[in-house]
Amino acid sequence: MRIVLRVNGEEHEADCWEGESLLFALREKLGFPGSKNACEQGECGSCSVLLDGTLVCACLVLAAQADGHDVTTVEGFARGGELHPVQQAFVDAGAVQCGFCTPGLVVAAADLLQRSTSPSDDEIREALSGNLCRCTGYAKIFDAVRLAGGRA
Amino acid sequence: MTQTSAPGKLKVGKVGELVPRVDAPTKVKGEFAYASDLIVPGMLWGHTLRSPHAHARIRSLDISEAVSMPGVHAVLTHDDVPGKKTYGLEFPDQPVLAIDRVLYYGEAVALVAAEHPEQARRAAERIRVAYEPLEPVTDMERATEQPPLHAEGPARGHGYFDDPRPNVVRHMVIRHGDVEAVGDVSVSGVYEVGIQDQAFLGPESGLAVPDGEGGVDIYVATQWLHVDRAQVAPCLGLPLSAVRVHLAGVGGAFGGREDLSMQVHGALLALHTNRPVKIVYNREESFMGHVHRHPARIWCEHRATREGKLVNVRMRILLDGGAYASSSTAVASNAASFAAGPYEVPNALIESTAVYSNNPPCGAMRGFGAVQTCFASEAQMDKLADALGIDPIELRLLNALQPGDVLPTGQTIGGSLPIAETIRAAAALEPPPAEELPRDPVRLPGGTGNTTHGEGVRRGVGFAVGFKNIAYSEGFDDYCAARVRLLADGSAEIHCAAAEVGQGVTGVILQVARTELGIDDVRLAPGQTATVESAGSASASRMTWMAAGAVRDACRAALEEQQRRPGEEIDVERIYRHPRTTPLDPQTGQVTGERAHVAFAACAMKVVAEVDVDLGLTRIVWIGAAQDVGRAVNPQQVEGQIEGGTAQGLGLALMEEIQTRDGLITNASFTDYLIPTALDMPPVESVLIEEPEPSAPYGVKGVGEPPTVVSTAAVVGALRAATGRELTRVPVRPDDICL
Repeated sequence: MRIVLRVNGEEHEADCWEGESLLFALREKLGFPGSKNACEQGECGSCSVLLDGTLVCACLVLAAQADGHDVTTVEGFARGGELHPVQQAFVDAGAVQCGFCTPGLVVAAADLLQRSTSPSDDEIREALSGNLCRCTGYAKIFDAVRLAGGRA
Repeated sequence: MTQTSAPGKLKVGKVGELVPRVDAPTKVKGEFAYASDLIVPGMLWGHTLRSPHAHARIRSLDISEAVSMPGVHAVLTHDDVPGKKTYGLEFPDQPVLAIDRVLYYGEAVALVAAEHPEQARRAAERIRVAYEPLEPVTDMERATEQPPLHAEGPARGHGYFDDPRPNVVRHMVIRHGDVEAVGDVSVSGVYEVGIQDQAFLGPESGLAVPDGEGGVDIYVATQWLHVDRAQVAPCLGLPLSAVRVHLAGVGGAFGGREDLSMQVHGALLALHTNRPVKIVYNREESFMGHVHRHPARIWCEHRATREGKLVNVRMRILLDGGAYASSSTAVASNAASFAAGPYEVPNALIESTAVYSNNPPCGAMRGFGAVQTCFASEAQMDKLADALGIDPIELRLLNALQPGDVLPTGQTIGGSLPIAETIRAAAALEPPPAEELPRDPVRLPGGTGNTTHGEGVRRGVGFAVGFKNIAYSEGFDDYCAARVRLLADGSAEIHCAAAEVGQGVTGVILQVARTELGIDDVRLAPGQTATVESAGSASASRMTWMAAGAVRDACRAALEEQQRRPGEEIDVERIYRHPRTTPLDPQTGQVTGERAHVAFAACAMKVVAEVDVDLGLTRIVWIGAAQDVGRAVNPQQVEGQIEGGTAQGLGLALMEEIQTRDGLITNASFTDYLIPTALDMPPVESVLIEEPEPSAPYGVKGVGEPPTVVSTAAVVGALRAATGRELTRVPVRPDDICL
């Protein structure tokens, strides 16, 4: 089936099999491999994107469900060569190791900071608890969120 | 406290400076190309059919229906493996594709290449395999009495003790001093460790591209490019030069990418179809796609004087290696070498055995044998302190190893090993005071489950110290190559096949090159087998040390060459080796030369835990770590290794275990195999003990493994203190801590 959706502000079309997830369509058909495929069952948050502004796991959304909707992926955050403040904070705080979880965490952290620029430590933990990271132990990710919030 | 550099200012500095990672900007933008992101025109998708049995004979295998499915370009079985049918890190005991039997759940049986991954999956379902299930060997204690899974004994004749019992991969005994020596007091215990998974987030992936001339390029997430090539080429029946392995972006490794996953499979499909073939495992398949941490049973007896000096440590270690050897021989030896912990032990009898079984294959994982024994021996030290009425930290200090002391293997510690300083530094860290009630449930055991308001919650403080070796041991020819090109424009290009697996070795290489060459404009060429010799494995906490040595030597040689030939482009390659090690004696476990291990690194940890003893729920409140790091090349990255390594040990203590029933994995998903989340991890306060290692370039030590070695032991120590329970098995289950 043919779907039309807006990804990072631009209209895209893809020919999808009915069973394909939005994650598969983004990664394999639309040229947005930034969202990652770590568990493909909504447990790890590596594929987090904004669907009409709401944080979702792209692996749990069918490509067909995204037809006619707006999707923002990690590729849509930097502007004109400038990193988004959350991305810059991840770089500065040392929050990136292997980086496979990073795109999802950037999207989830930006979503949190959209709602609150100075979240408490408990709020940060809870907001990011759906995003698994195996390398960092999360400490520097929390630092990055605090840093980005403080700069906003 | 995390320091950060000026925002927006990306630079790579010299050794010892805190600088952001060079790969971080592309990673935060989603532009970094991991192996699973690779895509080329005309690419097919590969899929692997795996065994649903832990042990079975294959009666017949029929691919006729699968071949005719839509979109399918190839269906391959062991008949299609043109070269050697088996491979392995240490011994080639594992078939590329099952031949007439399967030895573990998830063993690869056949391959499909198709236009769409779903077509490949559906075609694989139509491959008819007639299995005759056989009784699986699943109990490591009974394995040595059951019929051999590998009758030919692959590990025999390699210089190890030739154990006549069936299913023994390696058996060794370390006899040190008077093995019957008695003390004033003795404490005993039996400890058990479950199977832990590396659970790297980037599943096994790669892309194989045929070159049109019979050769193949493999782009893969791996830890050691050259040893992949050394295993892949013979299976394909090709010379090494026809197989080029390239490092694709790696989404974490932790030991799980030392062994092959899709490398031979992808190359077979690509060569067969003459099309590029990509294979990406999903999470369930990933649990079958790599080796895990060995589950262990460990019997201990510690004898000491009334004053607390250790007299004799006696341990028997049993490790389940699963169906194939992988690196079980080295894990067994490491477990034995570090069994007694970082203590001076005048007499010891340490027996270590790794067995074959039909359980999931086990091999390398962060800590490599030392995790299991640290958990046991630190529990024993607490028990001993209790029996003697001595403060547990004082007991550890009283017995702490120092340079000049002799290990149970007879090796005299030559380099830096500040155990006592590390213990003191961790002991001096002050945890925050217990937070008053009432408080937000997110800061109570059970968290947002809102299961308690503080009633039934007890607090405990645990302490542990552990150590392990850096780099490869026991006579292995361990080296790393680096090549430096000084270009006409004044810049430099470095070639080094060291795998960037997330640990930050790219930054190390660039920092060293800048330091040595005195220029800013240095870049690291993509890692591959064709342009530079082997770097060895990104394993064993060795890559920083080895890459730093190789890049340093190559840079210095390049500058010398430039002096001889001013104005010309320079291209030199150098190989760095660490001080040579020698094997352990197969009868006594004693060193046969000056050393079996080149150097050591330690970590000490204090943990505060709260336990809801009504429900068996835990909350780790705070962790303080002091680590012996030699010299920190990049302090921010070192802290990151300590925090991340601690999290993996905490996971083993509290939640992580691959569960099996008759050898079948029953929890192969992130729904059922739990790893620590942002809500599980407490703040980790870390202190870096910088005492340079004299035999290492710039005095560095590896830093990845020590925190993982010790944090499991320290976390369980805190749970014991909170509950009074013995807690002899990890992961600790809620039932274990309900009072």
